[in-house]
Amino acid sequence: MGTVSEEILSAHVGKEVTAGDIIIVPVDFIMGQDGTTSLTIQAFRNMGSKTIHDPDKFAFVIDHNSPSPLESVSNIHAMIREFAEEHDAILYDIGEGVCHQLMPEKGHVLPGGVVIGADSHTCTYGALNSFATGVGSTDLAAALISGKTWMKVPGTIKLVYNGSLSAGVFSKDVALHMVGELTANGATYKALEIQGEVIDALSVETRMTISNMAVETGAKVGIMRCDDKVKEYLRSRTTAHCRSVDATEDAKYDKVVEEDLSDLPPQISRPHDVDNVAPIDKVAGTEIDEVFIGTCTNGRYEDFAIAAKILAGKQVSRKVRLIVAPASRDIMLRCMEEGILAKMIQAGAAIVTPGCGPCVGTCGGIPADGEVVLSTANRNFKGRMGNSKAFIYLASPATAAYSAINGVISDPREVLG
Amino acid sequence: MNSLMGRAHLFGDDVNTDYVISGKYKFKTLDMNELAKHVMEDLHPGFYKEIEDGDFIVAGENFGCGSSREQAPLVLQAAGIGAVAAKSFARIFYRNCINVGLPVVECDTSEIGEGDELLVDLRKGRVHNVTRDRSIAAVPLPPVMVRILQDGGLVEHFKKHGGFKIEDEG
Repeated sequence: MGTVSEEILSAHVGKEVTAGDIIIVPVDFIMGQDGTTSLTIQAFRNMGSKTIHDPDKFAFVIDHNSPSPLESVSNIHAMIREFAEEHDAILYDIGEGVCHQLMPEKGHVLPGGVVIGADSHTCTYGALNSFATGVGSTDLAAALISGKTWMKVPGTIKLVYNGSLSAGVFSKDVALHMVGELTANGATYKALEIQGEVIDALSVETRMTISNMAVETGAKVGIMRCDDKVKEYLRSRTTAHCRSVDATEDAKYDKVVEEDLSDLPPQISRPHDVDNVAPIDKVAGTEIDEVFIGTCTNGRYEDFAIAAKILAGKQVSRKVRLIVAPASRDIMLRCMEEGILAKMIQAGAAIVTPGCGPCVGTCGGIPADGEVVLSTANRNFKGRMGNSKAFIYLASPATAAYSAINGVISDPREVLG
Repeated sequence: MNSLMGRAHLFGDDVNTDYVISGKYKFKTLDMNELAKHVMEDLHPGFYKEIEDGDFIVAGENFGCGSSREQAPLVLQAAGIGAVAAKSFARIFYRNCINVGLPVVECDTSEIGEGDELLVDLRKGRVHNVTRDRSIAAVPLPPVMVRILQDGGLVEHFKKHGGFKIEDEG
Protein backbone atom coordinates (compact mmCIF):
# COMPACT_ATOMS: atom_id res chain seq x y z
CA MET A 1 0.00 0.00 0.00
CA GLY A 2 2.36 2.72 -1.10
CA THR A 3 4.70 4.45 -3.48
CA VAL A 4 7.41 2.50 -5.29
CA SER A 5 9.90 3.48 -2.58
CA GLU A 6 7.57 2.46 0.25
CA GLU A 7 6.82 -0.85 -1.47
CA ILE A 8 10.49 -1.69 -2.06
CA LEU A 9 11.58 -0.72 1.44
CA SER A 10 8.63 -2.52 3.08
CA ALA A 11 9.54 -5.70 1.20
CA HIS A 12 13.11 -5.37 2.39
CA VAL A 13 12.40 -4.83 6.08
CA GLY A 14 9.55 -7.33 6.15
CA LYS A 15 6.86 -4.98 7.42
CA GLU A 16 4.90 -2.05 6.08
CA VAL A 17 6.80 1.23 6.34
CA THR A 18 5.68 4.68 5.23
CA ALA A 19 7.26 8.05 4.49
CA GLY A 20 9.03 9.49 7.53
CA ASP A 21 9.84 6.16 9.20
CA ILE A 22 13.48 5.59 10.02
CA ILE A 23 14.56 2.04 9.24
CA ILE A 24 17.58 -0.22 9.19
CA VAL A 25 17.32 -1.81 5.77
CA PRO A 26 19.24 -4.71 4.17
CA VAL A 27 20.92 -3.73 0.90
CA ASP A 28 21.26 -5.84 -2.24
CA PHE A 29 24.39 -4.25 -3.65
CA ILE A 30 27.06 -1.82 -2.44
CA MET A 31 29.38 0.28 -4.61
CA GLY A 32 32.37 2.46 -3.78
CA GLN A 33 34.59 4.54 -6.06
CA ASP A 34 38.19 5.67 -5.65
CA GLY A 35 37.32 9.19 -4.45
CA THR A 36 35.28 7.96 -1.50
CA THR A 37 36.37 4.40 -0.78
CA SER A 38 39.70 5.19 0.82
CA LEU A 39 37.70 6.75 3.67
CA THR A 40 35.46 3.67 3.72
CA ILE A 41 38.50 1.43 4.21
CA GLN A 42 39.71 3.65 7.06
CA ALA A 43 36.27 3.58 8.70
CA PHE A 44 35.99 -0.19 8.19
CA ARG A 45 39.32 -0.73 9.95
CA ASN A 46 38.45 1.73 12.70
CA MET A 47 35.19 -0.12 13.31
CA GLY A 48 37.35 -3.09 14.24
CA SER A 49 35.98 -5.44 11.62
CA LYS A 50 38.04 -8.03 9.78
CA THR A 51 35.52 -9.44 7.32
CA ILE A 52 32.95 -8.07 4.93
CA HIS A 53 29.37 -9.26 5.04
CA ASP A 54 29.08 -10.55 1.47
CA PRO A 55 31.94 -10.03 -1.02
CA ASP A 56 29.64 -10.90 -3.96
CA LYS A 57 27.50 -7.87 -3.20
CA PHE A 58 30.29 -5.35 -3.13
CA ALA A 59 32.21 -3.66 -5.94
CA PHE A 60 34.99 -1.07 -6.01
CA VAL A 61 35.43 1.07 -9.10
CA ILE A 62 38.61 3.06 -9.79
CA ASP A 63 37.19 5.73 -12.09
CA HIS A 64 37.34 9.20 -10.55
CA ASN A 65 41.04 9.83 -10.91
CA SER A 66 42.08 7.29 -13.45
CA PRO A 67 44.65 6.43 -14.64
CA SER A 68 46.38 8.03 -11.69
CA PRO A 69 48.01 11.38 -12.52
CA LEU A 70 49.83 11.63 -9.17
CA GLU A 71 51.94 9.61 -6.79
CA SER A 72 49.56 10.26 -3.87
CA VAL A 73 46.58 9.07 -5.91
CA SER A 74 48.49 5.95 -6.99
CA ASN A 75 48.96 5.10 -3.34
CA ILE A 76 45.23 5.48 -2.67
CA HIS A 77 44.50 3.21 -5.65
CA ALA A 78 47.02 0.67 -4.35
CA MET A 79 45.28 0.68 -0.97
CA ILE A 80 41.92 0.00 -2.68
CA ARG A 81 43.33 -2.84 -4.80
CA GLU A 82 44.92 -4.43 -1.75
CA PHE A 83 41.69 -4.23 0.25
CA ALA A 84 39.63 -5.67 -2.63
CA GLU A 85 42.03 -8.58 -2.96
CA GLU A 86 42.17 -9.22 0.76
CA HIS A 87 38.37 -9.42 0.96
CA ASP A 88 37.76 -11.03 -2.40
CA ALA A 89 35.53 -8.13 -3.45
CA ILE A 90 34.75 -7.21 -7.05
CA LEU A 91 37.15 -4.61 -8.46
CA TYR A 92 36.80 -2.64 -11.67
CA ASP A 93 40.18 -1.06 -12.29
CA ILE A 94 41.29 1.85 -14.48
CA GLY A 95 39.84 1.98 -17.96
CA GLU A 96 36.90 -0.31 -17.24
CA GLY A 97 34.57 2.63 -16.91
CA VAL A 98 32.46 4.92 -14.77
CA CYS A 99 30.84 3.23 -11.77
CA HIS A 100 27.31 4.27 -12.75
CA GLN A 101 27.64 2.64 -16.14
CA LEU A 102 29.36 -0.48 -14.84
CA MET A 103 26.82 -1.28 -12.10
CA PRO A 104 23.89 -1.70 -14.54
CA GLU A 105 26.06 -2.94 -17.43
CA LYS A 106 27.56 -5.77 -15.37
CA GLY A 107 24.19 -6.86 -14.00
CA HIS A 108 24.68 -5.72 -10.39
CA VAL A 109 21.43 -3.77 -10.30
CA LEU A 110 18.01 -5.41 -10.26
CA PRO A 111 14.46 -4.04 -10.30
CA GLY A 112 12.89 -3.81 -6.87
CA GLY A 113 16.30 -3.88 -5.17
CA VAL A 114 18.03 -1.55 -2.74
CA VAL A 115 21.49 -0.34 -3.80
CA ILE A 116 23.74 2.11 -2.02
CA GLY A 117 26.87 3.68 -3.39
CA ALA A 118 29.38 6.11 -1.98
CA ASP A 119 28.66 8.50 -4.81
CA SER A 120 25.78 10.91 -5.15
CA HIS A 121 24.85 9.79 -8.66
CA THR A 122 24.05 6.25 -7.51
CA CYS A 123 20.43 7.32 -8.17
CA THR A 124 21.18 6.55 -11.86
CA TYR A 125 19.97 2.97 -11.35
CA GLY A 126 16.46 4.22 -10.63
CA ALA A 127 16.01 3.77 -14.38
CA LEU A 128 16.08 0.02 -13.65
CA ASN A 129 13.36 0.33 -10.98
CA SER A 130 16.01 0.12 -8.26
CA PHE A 131 15.84 2.03 -4.99
CA ALA A 132 19.41 3.24 -5.51
CA THR A 133 20.87 6.12 -3.56
CA GLY A 134 24.12 7.79 -2.66
CA VAL A 135 25.53 7.60 0.85
CA GLY A 136 28.77 8.54 2.57
CA SER A 137 31.96 6.57 3.05
CA THR A 138 31.24 5.61 6.66
CA ASP A 139 27.75 4.45 5.64
CA LEU A 140 29.43 2.18 3.16
CA ALA A 141 31.75 0.75 5.80
CA ALA A 142 28.77 0.03 8.05
CA ALA A 143 27.00 -1.72 5.16
CA LEU A 144 30.13 -3.72 4.33
CA ILE A 145 30.15 -5.09 7.85
CA SER A 146 26.42 -5.49 8.48
CA GLY A 147 24.85 -5.72 5.02
CA LYS A 148 22.52 -2.93 6.12
CA THR A 149 22.14 0.83 6.22
CA TRP A 150 19.99 3.34 8.12
CA MET A 151 17.50 5.30 6.12
CA LYS A 152 14.50 7.57 6.36
CA VAL A 153 11.68 6.36 4.14
CA PRO A 154 11.17 9.24 1.70
CA GLY A 155 7.96 10.92 0.63
CA THR A 156 7.50 10.94 -3.14
CA ILE A 157 6.98 13.46 -5.91
CA LYS A 158 5.55 11.86 -9.05
CA LEU A 159 6.56 13.33 -12.41
CA VAL A 160 4.56 12.28 -15.45
CA TYR A 161 6.09 13.37 -18.76
CA ASN A 162 3.72 12.84 -21.67
CA GLY A 163 3.84 13.63 -25.38
CA SER A 164 6.78 12.86 -27.62
CA LEU A 165 10.08 14.71 -27.84
CA SER A 166 10.82 16.73 -30.99
CA ALA A 167 13.74 15.84 -33.25
CA GLY A 168 16.94 17.25 -31.73
CA VAL A 169 15.56 16.98 -28.19
CA PHE A 170 16.84 14.17 -25.96
CA SER A 171 16.59 12.66 -22.50
CA LYS A 172 19.25 15.11 -21.28
CA ASP A 173 16.95 17.98 -22.17
CA VAL A 174 14.22 16.31 -20.12
CA ALA A 175 16.66 15.91 -17.21
CA LEU A 176 17.72 19.57 -17.35
CA HIS A 177 14.09 20.67 -17.62
CA MET A 178 13.27 18.55 -14.54
CA VAL A 179 16.08 20.14 -12.50
CA GLY A 180 15.20 23.65 -13.70
CA GLU A 181 11.56 23.19 -12.72
CA LEU A 182 12.11 21.47 -9.36
CA THR A 183 15.23 23.54 -8.50
CA ALA A 184 18.30 22.34 -6.59
CA ASN A 185 16.40 21.62 -3.39
CA GLY A 186 12.86 21.07 -4.67
CA ALA A 187 12.94 17.38 -3.83
CA THR A 188 15.38 17.27 -0.90
CA TYR A 189 14.96 14.06 1.17
CA LYS A 190 12.29 12.89 -1.30
CA ALA A 191 11.95 10.20 -3.93
CA LEU A 192 11.05 11.04 -7.51
CA GLU A 193 8.90 8.61 -9.47
CA ILE A 194 9.42 9.45 -13.12
CA GLN A 195 7.12 8.04 -15.79
CA GLY A 196 4.89 8.85 -18.76
CA GLU A 197 4.92 8.45 -22.55
CA VAL A 198 8.24 10.28 -22.92
CA ILE A 199 9.97 7.84 -20.55
CA ASP A 200 8.28 4.79 -22.11
CA ALA A 201 9.64 5.81 -25.52
CA LEU A 202 13.25 6.11 -24.32
CA SER A 203 15.79 3.29 -24.26
CA VAL A 204 16.93 2.05 -20.84
CA GLU A 205 20.34 3.71 -21.16
CA THR A 206 18.91 7.10 -22.14
CA ARG A 207 16.47 6.85 -19.20
CA MET A 208 19.53 6.60 -16.95
CA THR A 209 20.42 10.18 -17.93
CA ILE A 210 17.25 11.39 -16.21
CA SER A 211 17.50 9.22 -13.09
CA ASN A 212 21.16 10.27 -12.84
CA MET A 213 20.18 13.91 -12.42
CA ALA A 214 17.50 13.28 -9.78
CA VAL A 215 20.06 14.13 -7.10
CA GLU A 216 20.46 17.62 -8.60
CA THR A 217 16.96 18.34 -7.25
CA GLY A 218 18.04 17.03 -3.83
CA ALA A 219 16.15 13.76 -4.35
CA LYS A 220 17.18 10.47 -2.80
CA VAL A 221 16.13 8.36 -5.78
CA GLY A 222 14.76 8.91 -9.29
CA ILE A 223 12.85 5.72 -9.83
CA MET A 224 11.14 4.49 -12.99
CA ARG A 225 8.92 1.55 -13.91
CA CYS A 226 10.26 -1.82 -14.92
CA ASP A 227 8.93 -2.50 -18.41
CA ASP A 228 9.87 -4.97 -21.15
CA LYS A 229 12.81 -2.78 -22.18
CA VAL A 230 14.32 -3.09 -18.71
CA LYS A 231 13.78 -6.86 -18.67
CA GLU A 232 15.38 -7.12 -22.10
CA TYR A 233 18.33 -4.97 -20.97
CA LEU A 234 18.91 -7.29 -18.02
CA ARG A 235 18.40 -10.59 -19.87
CA SER A 236 21.98 -10.84 -21.09
CA ARG A 237 23.46 -9.34 -17.94
CA THR A 238 22.09 -11.38 -15.07
CA THR A 239 20.40 -14.65 -14.35
CA ALA A 240 18.89 -13.30 -11.14
CA HIS A 241 15.14 -13.17 -10.82
CA CYS A 242 13.61 -9.75 -11.58
CA ARG A 243 10.87 -8.68 -9.23
CA SER A 244 9.71 -5.32 -10.45
CA VAL A 245 7.83 -3.08 -8.06
CA ASP A 246 5.11 -0.59 -8.87
CA ALA A 247 3.17 1.79 -6.67
CA THR A 248 -0.22 0.67 -5.41
CA GLU A 249 -3.30 2.57 -6.55
CA ASP A 250 -3.84 4.11 -3.14
CA ALA A 251 -0.25 5.41 -2.89
CA LYS A 252 0.01 8.87 -1.33
CA TYR A 253 2.18 11.43 -3.10
CA ASP A 254 3.51 14.72 -1.78
CA LYS A 255 2.97 16.15 -5.24
CA VAL A 256 2.11 14.97 -8.75
CA VAL A 257 3.32 16.98 -11.74
CA GLU A 258 1.99 16.15 -15.20
CA GLU A 259 3.44 17.81 -18.27
CA ASP A 260 3.37 17.44 -22.01
CA LEU A 261 6.94 17.77 -23.31
CA SER A 262 6.16 17.69 -27.04
CA ASP A 263 7.19 21.34 -27.42
CA LEU A 264 10.25 21.18 -25.17
CA PRO A 265 13.22 22.86 -26.90
CA PRO A 266 16.84 21.79 -26.18
CA GLN A 267 17.79 22.91 -22.66
CA ILE A 268 21.00 24.41 -21.30
CA SER A 269 22.16 24.75 -17.72
CA ARG A 270 24.20 27.91 -17.21
CA PRO A 271 27.06 28.59 -14.76
CA HIS A 272 27.36 28.00 -11.78
CA ASP A 273 24.23 26.13 -10.68
CA VAL A 274 22.65 23.09 -12.29
CA ASP A 275 19.14 24.49 -11.84
CA ASN A 276 20.04 27.67 -13.75
CA VAL A 277 18.33 26.17 -16.80
CA ALA A 278 17.18 27.99 -19.95
CA PRO A 279 15.93 27.06 -23.42
CA ILE A 280 18.82 27.01 -25.88
CA ASP A 281 17.85 30.22 -27.70
CA LYS A 282 18.72 32.21 -24.55
CA VAL A 283 22.41 31.26 -24.81
CA ALA A 284 22.88 30.33 -28.48
CA GLY A 285 25.94 32.13 -29.86
CA THR A 286 27.92 31.99 -26.62
CA GLU A 287 31.58 31.34 -27.51
CA ILE A 288 33.08 28.14 -26.14
CA ASP A 289 36.64 26.90 -25.61
CA GLU A 290 36.12 23.29 -24.67
CA VAL A 291 33.43 20.67 -25.28
CA PHE A 292 33.28 17.52 -23.18
CA ILE A 293 31.13 14.54 -24.14
CA GLY A 294 31.09 11.73 -21.60
CA THR A 295 30.28 11.03 -17.90
CA CYS A 296 27.74 8.92 -16.03
CA THR A 297 25.08 11.24 -17.43
CA ASN A 298 25.89 11.09 -21.15
CA GLY A 299 28.80 8.79 -21.95
CA ARG A 300 26.78 5.93 -23.41
CA TYR A 301 26.52 4.34 -26.84
CA GLU A 302 23.55 6.38 -28.07
CA ASP A 303 25.21 9.60 -26.90
CA PHE A 304 28.23 8.97 -29.10
CA ALA A 305 26.13 7.65 -31.97
CA ILE A 306 24.28 10.98 -32.22
CA ALA A 307 27.46 13.00 -31.65
CA ALA A 308 29.24 11.07 -34.43
CA LYS A 309 26.29 11.53 -36.76
CA ILE A 310 26.59 15.31 -36.31
CA LEU A 311 30.40 15.36 -36.46
CA ALA A 312 30.77 13.00 -39.43
CA GLY A 313 32.67 14.66 -42.27
CA LYS A 314 32.94 17.94 -40.34
CA GLN A 315 35.75 19.56 -38.36
CA VAL A 316 35.59 20.83 -34.80
CA SER A 317 36.11 24.62 -34.70
CA ARG A 318 39.78 25.62 -34.43
CA LYS A 319 38.90 27.54 -31.27
CA VAL A 320 37.44 24.48 -29.55
CA ARG A 321 38.98 21.41 -27.90
CA LEU A 322 36.63 18.42 -28.05
CA ILE A 323 37.22 15.81 -25.35
CA VAL A 324 35.38 12.49 -25.41
CA ALA A 325 35.28 9.92 -22.59
CA PRO A 326 33.22 6.77 -23.13
CA ALA A 327 31.52 5.66 -19.89
CA SER A 328 32.83 2.10 -20.17
CA ARG A 329 35.24 -0.14 -22.02
CA ASP A 330 32.32 -2.01 -23.61
CA ILE A 331 30.86 1.25 -24.91
CA MET A 332 34.26 2.30 -26.23
CA LEU A 333 34.70 -1.03 -28.00
CA ARG A 334 31.25 -0.89 -29.55
CA CYS A 335 31.88 2.69 -30.73
CA MET A 336 35.17 1.53 -32.21
CA GLU A 337 33.65 -1.43 -33.98
CA GLU A 338 30.86 0.67 -35.47
CA GLY A 339 33.16 3.45 -36.68
CA ILE A 340 31.69 5.99 -34.25
CA LEU A 341 35.02 6.71 -32.58
CA ALA A 342 36.69 7.11 -35.99
CA LYS A 343 34.15 9.75 -37.04
CA MET A 344 34.69 11.71 -33.84
CA ILE A 345 38.48 11.43 -34.04
CA GLN A 346 38.48 12.48 -37.71
CA ALA A 347 36.47 15.55 -36.69
CA GLY A 348 39.17 16.43 -34.17
CA ALA A 349 38.09 14.79 -30.91
CA ALA A 350 40.61 13.74 -28.26
CA ILE A 351 39.53 10.45 -26.70
CA VAL A 352 40.43 9.91 -23.03
CA THR A 353 40.23 6.81 -20.83
CA PRO A 354 36.75 5.68 -19.78
CA GLY A 355 36.29 7.34 -16.38
CA CYS A 356 35.28 10.54 -14.60
CA GLY A 357 38.44 12.69 -14.86
CA PRO A 358 37.33 15.81 -16.78
CA CYS A 359 33.92 16.05 -15.02
CA VAL A 360 35.41 16.09 -11.52
CA GLY A 361 38.49 18.13 -12.39
CA THR A 362 41.06 15.48 -11.57
CA CYS A 363 42.58 14.83 -14.99
CA GLY A 364 41.93 14.83 -18.71
CA GLY A 365 40.77 18.34 -19.62
CA ILE A 366 40.99 21.01 -16.93
CA PRO A 367 39.94 24.40 -18.44
CA ALA A 368 42.04 27.57 -18.21
CA ASP A 369 41.05 30.78 -16.38
CA GLY A 370 38.05 32.47 -17.96
CA GLU A 371 37.38 29.63 -20.39
CA VAL A 372 33.90 28.43 -21.27
CA VAL A 373 33.13 24.72 -21.33
CA LEU A 374 30.06 23.03 -22.79
CA SER A 375 29.75 19.65 -21.11
CA THR A 376 27.33 16.73 -21.15
CA ALA A 377 27.93 16.15 -17.41
CA ASN A 378 25.50 16.69 -14.55
CA ARG A 379 27.21 19.47 -12.56
CA ASN A 380 28.48 22.92 -13.46
CA PHE A 381 29.50 24.16 -10.02
CA LYS A 382 32.27 26.73 -9.90
CA GLY A 383 35.55 24.79 -9.81
CA ARG A 384 33.89 21.50 -10.70
CA MET A 385 36.19 20.79 -13.64
CA GLY A 386 39.27 21.82 -11.67
CA ASN A 387 39.34 25.59 -12.25
CA SER A 388 37.09 27.95 -10.30
CA LYS A 389 37.71 30.68 -12.90
CA ALA A 390 36.09 28.65 -15.70
CA PHE A 391 32.41 28.68 -16.77
CA ILE A 392 30.54 25.43 -17.38
CA TYR A 393 27.35 24.99 -19.41
CA LEU A 394 25.51 21.64 -19.49
CA ALA A 395 23.66 20.23 -22.48
CA SER A 396 22.86 17.10 -24.49
CA PRO A 397 25.50 15.29 -26.58
CA ALA A 398 23.79 16.55 -29.76
CA THR A 399 23.97 20.17 -28.60
CA ALA A 400 27.58 19.61 -27.50
CA ALA A 401 28.68 18.05 -30.80
CA TYR A 402 26.99 20.65 -33.01
CA SER A 403 28.33 23.50 -30.86
CA ALA A 404 31.86 22.04 -31.11
CA ILE A 405 31.72 22.43 -34.89
CA ASN A 406 30.43 26.00 -34.72
CA GLY A 407 32.61 27.22 -31.84
CA VAL A 408 29.53 28.73 -30.22
CA ILE A 409 26.54 27.22 -28.39
CA SER A 410 24.25 26.09 -31.20
CA ASP A 411 20.79 24.54 -31.53
CA PRO A 412 21.08 20.95 -32.83
CA ARG A 413 17.60 21.17 -34.36
CA GLU A 414 19.32 23.09 -37.18
CA VAL A 415 20.81 19.77 -38.33
CA LEU A 416 18.44 17.25 -36.75
CA GLY A 417 15.09 19.00 -36.98
CA MET B 1 28.56 17.77 23.25
CA ASN B 2 24.97 18.79 23.98
CA SER B 3 25.81 22.46 24.31
CA LEU B 4 28.08 24.28 21.89
CA MET B 5 29.31 27.85 21.74
CA GLY B 6 30.86 29.56 18.74
CA ARG B 7 30.97 32.48 16.31
CA ALA B 8 28.95 32.51 13.10
CA HIS B 9 30.53 32.56 9.64
CA LEU B 10 27.80 33.29 7.11
CA PHE B 11 27.30 31.55 3.77
CA GLY B 12 24.38 31.60 1.32
CA ASP B 13 22.03 29.04 -0.24
CA ASP B 14 23.02 25.87 -2.14
CA VAL B 15 26.60 25.66 -0.84
CA ASN B 16 27.72 22.42 -2.52
CA THR B 17 30.37 20.02 -1.28
CA ASP B 18 32.66 20.96 -4.19
CA TYR B 19 32.81 24.40 -2.51
CA VAL B 20 33.43 22.91 0.93
CA ILE B 21 36.40 21.02 -0.49
CA SER B 22 37.19 21.02 -4.19
CA GLY B 23 37.57 17.76 -6.11
CA LYS B 24 40.97 18.88 -7.32
CA TYR B 25 42.31 18.55 -3.77
CA LYS B 26 40.20 15.87 -2.17
CA PHE B 27 41.25 13.07 -4.47
CA LYS B 28 44.93 13.69 -3.73
CA THR B 29 45.26 12.95 -0.05
CA LEU B 30 43.58 11.51 3.00
CA ASP B 31 45.24 14.09 5.26
CA MET B 32 42.26 16.17 6.41
CA ASN B 33 44.50 18.76 8.09
CA GLU B 34 46.14 19.40 4.74
CA LEU B 35 42.77 19.57 2.95
CA ALA B 36 41.42 21.88 5.66
CA LYS B 37 43.64 24.69 4.35
CA HIS B 38 41.41 24.79 1.25
CA VAL B 39 38.04 24.70 3.01
CA MET B 40 35.46 26.92 1.23
CA GLU B 41 38.23 28.62 -0.73
CA ASP B 42 36.28 29.01 -4.01
CA LEU B 43 33.57 30.96 -2.15
CA HIS B 44 35.73 32.67 0.45
CA PRO B 45 39.49 32.68 -0.25
CA GLY B 46 41.54 32.51 2.95
CA PHE B 47 38.57 31.29 5.02
CA TYR B 48 40.72 28.69 6.81
CA LYS B 49 42.77 31.42 8.51
CA GLU B 50 39.66 33.12 9.90
CA ILE B 51 38.36 30.06 11.75
CA GLU B 52 38.76 29.78 15.50
CA ASP B 53 38.17 26.41 17.12
CA GLY B 54 34.47 25.79 17.68
CA ASP B 55 33.20 28.39 15.18
CA PHE B 56 29.97 27.69 13.30
CA ILE B 57 29.13 27.67 9.64
CA VAL B 58 25.76 29.41 9.27
CA ALA B 59 24.06 29.06 5.90
CA GLY B 60 20.79 29.22 3.99
CA GLU B 61 18.91 26.48 2.15
CA ASN B 62 20.28 23.16 0.88
CA PHE B 63 23.70 23.24 2.53
CA GLY B 64 26.01 20.45 1.35
CA CYS B 65 24.28 19.64 -1.93
CA GLY B 66 26.09 17.83 -4.73
CA SER B 67 28.80 15.23 -4.33
CA SER B 68 28.57 12.61 -1.56
CA ARG B 69 32.16 13.24 -0.48
CA GLU B 70 32.54 12.60 3.24
CA GLN B 71 35.66 14.71 3.07
CA ALA B 72 33.29 17.71 3.28
CA PRO B 73 32.25 17.26 6.94
CA LEU B 74 35.68 15.82 7.81
CA VAL B 75 37.44 18.87 6.40
CA LEU B 76 35.07 21.21 8.27
CA GLN B 77 35.88 19.30 11.47
CA ALA B 78 39.61 19.41 10.78
CA ALA B 79 39.38 23.17 10.15
CA GLY B 80 37.91 23.61 13.63
CA ILE B 81 34.23 24.07 12.76
CA GLY B 82 32.11 23.01 15.74
CA ALA B 83 28.73 22.74 14.02
CA VAL B 84 26.84 23.70 10.88
CA ALA B 85 23.54 25.57 11.14
CA ALA B 86 21.42 25.99 8.02
CA LYS B 87 17.81 26.49 6.96
CA SER B 88 17.98 23.09 5.28
CA PHE B 89 20.57 20.47 4.38
CA ALA B 90 21.16 18.17 1.43
CA ARG B 91 20.54 14.62 2.59
CA ILE B 92 23.88 12.88 1.98
CA PHE B 93 25.82 15.71 3.62
CA TYR B 94 23.42 15.60 6.55
CA ARG B 95 23.87 11.87 7.15
CA ASN B 96 27.63 12.18 6.65
CA CYS B 97 27.72 14.79 9.43
CA ILE B 98 25.84 12.49 11.79
CA ASN B 99 28.07 9.55 10.83
CA VAL B 100 31.32 11.44 11.46
CA GLY B 101 29.99 13.21 14.55
CA LEU B 102 29.76 16.80 13.28
CA PRO B 103 26.63 18.40 14.78
CA VAL B 104 24.10 19.86 12.35
CA VAL B 105 21.36 22.29 13.31
CA GLU B 106 18.36 22.92 11.08
CA CYS B 107 16.88 26.31 11.95
CA ASP B 108 15.90 29.70 10.55
CA THR B 109 19.28 31.36 10.13
CA SER B 110 18.04 34.57 8.45
CA GLU B 111 18.46 36.79 11.54
CA ILE B 112 21.98 35.62 12.38
CA GLY B 113 24.74 38.14 11.59
CA GLU B 114 28.38 37.59 10.64
CA GLY B 115 30.41 37.01 13.81
CA ASP B 116 27.38 36.60 16.11
CA GLU B 117 28.05 34.46 19.18
CA LEU B 118 25.74 31.44 19.20
CA LEU B 119 24.92 28.94 21.92
CA VAL B 120 23.48 25.73 20.53
CA ASP B 121 21.61 23.17 22.61
CA LEU B 122 21.38 20.07 20.40
CA ARG B 123 19.27 18.02 22.76
CA LYS B 124 16.60 20.67 23.22
CA GLY B 125 16.87 21.78 19.61
CA ARG B 126 17.48 25.45 20.42
CA VAL B 127 19.90 28.10 19.23
CA HIS B 128 20.51 31.19 21.35
CA ASN B 129 21.99 34.18 19.57
CA VAL B 130 24.03 35.64 22.44
CA THR B 131 25.05 38.77 20.50
CA ARG B 132 21.43 39.71 19.75
CA ASP B 133 19.93 38.01 22.84
CA ARG B 134 17.44 36.10 20.72
CA SER B 135 16.35 32.46 20.75
CA ILE B 136 15.74 30.44 17.60
CA ALA B 137 13.85 27.15 17.56
CA ALA B 138 15.66 24.34 15.75
CA VAL B 139 14.31 21.11 14.26
CA PRO B 140 15.12 18.43 16.87
CA LEU B 141 17.22 15.51 15.64
CA PRO B 142 15.45 12.13 15.33
CA PRO B 143 16.44 9.75 18.16
CA VAL B 144 18.42 7.46 15.80
CA MET B 145 20.68 10.34 14.85
CA VAL B 146 21.04 11.52 18.44
CA ARG B 147 22.17 7.99 19.37
CA ILE B 148 24.80 7.88 16.63
CA LEU B 149 26.01 11.40 17.49
CA GLN B 150 26.14 10.55 21.20
CA ASP B 151 28.29 7.54 20.44
CA GLY B 152 30.64 9.93 18.60
CA GLY B 153 29.63 8.91 15.08
CA LEU B 154 28.92 5.66 13.25
CA VAL B 155 32.46 4.26 13.59
CA GLU B 156 32.30 4.55 17.37
CA HIS B 157 28.74 3.21 17.33
CA PHE B 158 29.88 0.07 15.46
CA LYS B 159 32.96 -0.29 17.65
CA LYS B 160 30.77 -0.18 20.73
CA HIS B 161 27.94 -2.41 19.52
CA GLY B 162 29.48 -4.46 16.69
CA GLY B 163 26.70 -3.36 14.33
CA PHE B 164 23.59 -1.21 14.23
CA LYS B 165 22.20 -1.04 17.74
CA ILE B 166 19.20 1.04 16.83
CA GLU B 167 15.59 0.09 17.13
CA ASP B 168 13.51 0.61 14.02
CA GLU B 169 11.12 3.46 14.51
CA GLY B 170 8.89 2.35 11.66
